[in-house]
Amino acid sequence: MKQSEIKNVLLASAAVITIAVMPSCKPKNVSTATSGDAAQKAYVAPGKYDEFYNIVSGGFSGQMSIYGLPSGRLFRVIPVFSVDPEKGYGYSEESKAMLNTSHGFVPWDDLHHISLSETDGIHDGRWAFGNANNTPRIARIDLKTFRTAEIIEIPNSAGNHSSPFITENSEYVVAGTRFSVPMTNGTTDVPINTYKENFKGTVSFINVDKESGKMGIAFQILLPGVDFDLSRAGKGKSHGWFFFSCYNSERANTLLEVNASKFDKDFIMAVNWKKAEEYVKAGKGVKKSVSYAHNTFDDKTHTATSTIEKEVIMLDPKDCPDMVYLMPCPKSPHGCDTDPTGEYIVGSGKLAAVIPVFSFTKMQEAINAKNFEGDYDGLPVLKYDAVLHGEVKKPGLGPLHTEFDANGNAYTSFFVSSEIVKWRLSDLSVLDRVPTYYSVGHLCVPGGPTKKPWGKYVIAYNKITKDRYLPTGPELTQSAQLYDISGDKMKLILDFPTIGEPHYAEAIPAELLSKNSTKIYKIEENHHPYVTKGEKEAKVERKGNEVHVYMSSIRSHFVPDNIEGVKLGDVVYFHVTNLEQDWDVPHGFAVKGANNAELLIMPGETSTLMWKPDRVGVFPFYCTDFCSALHQEMQGYIRISPANSNVPLTFSTGTNQPPIN
Amino acid sequence: MNTKLLMGVMFAASVAFSCNPPAAENQQSTTTTEETQAGGQEAVIDDDSQKDIVKIAVGSADHSTLVAALKQADYVTSLSNAGPFTVFAPTNEAFNKLPAGTVDDLMKPENKAKLQDILEYHVSLGVFKPEMLTDGQTINQANLKNITISNKDNKIMINNQANIIATIPAANGVIHVIDAVLLPPDK
Repeated sequence: MKQSEIKNVLLASAAVITIAVMPSCKPKNVSTATSGDAAQKAYVAPGKYDEFYNIVSGGFSGQMSIYGLPSGRLFRVIPVFSVDPEKGYGYSEESKAMLNTSHGFVPWDDLHHISLSETDGIHDGRWAFGNANNTPRIARIDLKTFRTAEIIEIPNSAGNHSSPFITENSEYVVAGTRFSVPMTNGTTDVPINTYKENFKGTVSFINVDKESGKMGIAFQILLPGVDFDLSRAGKGKSHGWFFFSCYNSERANTLLEVNASKFDKDFIMAVNWKKAEEYVKAGKGVKKSVSYAHNTFDDKTHTATSTIEKEVIMLDPKDCPDMVYLMPCPKSPHGCDTDPTGEYIVGSGKLAAVIPVFSFTKMQEAINAKNFEGDYDGLPVLKYDAVLHGEVKKPGLGPLHTEFDANGNAYTSFFVSSEIVKWRLSDLSVLDRVPTYYSVGHLCVPGGPTKKPWGKYVIAYNKITKDRYLPTGPELTQSAQLYDISGDKMKLILDFPTIGEPHYAEAIPAELLSKNSTKIYKIEENHHPYVTKGEKEAKVERKGNEVHVYMSSIRSHFVPDNIEGVKLGDVVYFHVTNLEQDWDVPHGFAVKGANNAELLIMPGETSTLMWKPDRVGVFPFYCTDFCSALHQEMQGYIRISPANSNVPLTFSTGTNQPPIN
Repeated sequence: MNTKLLMGVMFAASVAFSCNPPAAENQQSTTTTEETQAGGQEAVIDDDSQKDIVKIAVGSADHSTLVAALKQADYVTSLSNAGPFTVFAPTNEAFNKLPAGTVDDLMKPENKAKLQDILEYHVSLGVFKPEMLTDGQTINQANLKNITISNKDNKIMINNQANIIATIPAANGVIHVIDAVLLPPDK
């Protein structure tokens, strides 16, 4: 019988559907999923503050978003790797350099993971880091201003997924390649099917200046051509080590869905970074010629600068013994999470039905005893049983990622079985499980990756929300779900939509950030080269075909608001300084026909919009942010005359009246 | 195709029938604000999308034993997920070939872990179409045990024991209908 005929038989037999086996009709009105006091627990009264900031990756939006917990209220979307016309980010002249790379201006990326700066393994509330997954970069966000302060590109990398996880004193954030790329034989132009010979992975250690936060690539490690997925620093007893999950140990270059799932085990890679530092000091690293952009934003000039850097130090484990070890881990591990004590490393083989938990102490013993099962491309592979604390048996299907509370419990997300499972680290017993709606990716426990989890909640970031909210066509929102974990049982208390696709998130007690939050930029500290520090300084200057408008804005007018003498062919730069010194009074600026976006200028800030008028006429401009009762009056005109006109350059506010007869 | 149409109609009718709660229940539900649907993705009402593995299996009279086993093992929600899965789906007849009482025994609550293990042994993560199943190939299943494929002149067998007698694409993967139950090796 042909397969198609058999199919017909099967389909015909489908007519005999019995309602008894229909899985789709669990009663809708049972309150098993939420607790009776859920609304009360998630409720933050108007005017009251949330207990935690939740700093959430925006996935393919390229941004980071800031929510309050437990309310789920969205406070801010911080533009990081993608342009944001709403805020002028990537459109204003000052911000364009933030998105510069060795490939030129890149207006979009995919921000997957968050890490918050730590001191002694505890959140210190200074910076948030985010990774660009597509064009490899790491961004540092200043948690005083909630703005992107710095972006560094990662050379010798592709698909910066295993990033930007952080050590316990913010010594380093890391960047591990998801895609390995050709890096040997002096050429990158190689047949793709020479992957096994020519492709290599790297992990980069990016140091973070203790005072300024400024990043620099300290060193990279050259590694076999696997795919690095996630990572976590050791802490406490395992401080000085970093753990990276990797899949595709098969080193497949096509149809990874099948070809990278052949082996029953891949690896968790353990890197002794203190040892790596010694090797760098001892000159074991090789200087590699590269090209990568390093962009910083200066809060005094309100301007980003981009520098192309040319060199990195590469360590090859072949020259650096005892620096890198591999631990076998079942099936394409995703999460690779260290518990608050630093003793346990939890692997999450996303295709497996067990959770392996590794012991740092046993790992040290196995390394000392050289208890290896062999090597992988020259890297010693420790024996699975020798490094294993134990396996959580049958916890669910598709474990992805694990967070921790302060009481010795772990919370693991399961994508396939769509649930969170709470289990105990000491005896690996499953304590509780709750469904998520649906298909959970990462989890977040406030402080979960630190030595001091703040606990209280676990938040599930879900990929699929079919039927959870009012439908909005084919594209639906992703979601976050908040569970109370203060008792023995997890209780779902809130469910809210998110910006972009949330991957990882962190949450931090509100008081660690709120007390430091910047309210205004001081006008006297504004060192922008085109600042207008008072209305008397406003002016318009011609430099060849460039027209620079030094413009001020304050409730509720621009100075100047009438500009004439600009000609077709000129390029106009509106340098707008917001003279307000009052919290929450931004001014916007937009001009008709501009091919970019608006400016959104904070109090005391200067921001520049470039405009190339394309026709003769009089063009209105106005304030876009509702600033006052006379916001609608905050407007002006710029006159564009023909290229050969002799209209003199004039500018004014309030004086350009019709002649009196 | 009439059969397809019929199946669709039956499906829609049964969903509509079985998911409409009585009016009284509806009224009750308006008094609380915190209630949510307790089902997983299998409970999503969607007659427009291609059917997923669970919906196809549920719609097949030849797979009622498998469906009952998936329910008992709490794997209905999992197999309604995004996958992608390859499910080797033994027919009722295949289950009947097991020694008498085996299925009844597996369906007992105390044997749930064993049942889960057997069902996981029928599931691969990833979509393995017939043309990707090659002679001598091993596939590591969801329970971390391998199956071995033989493919002689496009006659595909699993573990030299089960024949693929039909292949049905699903929204979240593919179903290979097989004529024997695969039993995971002890080690």
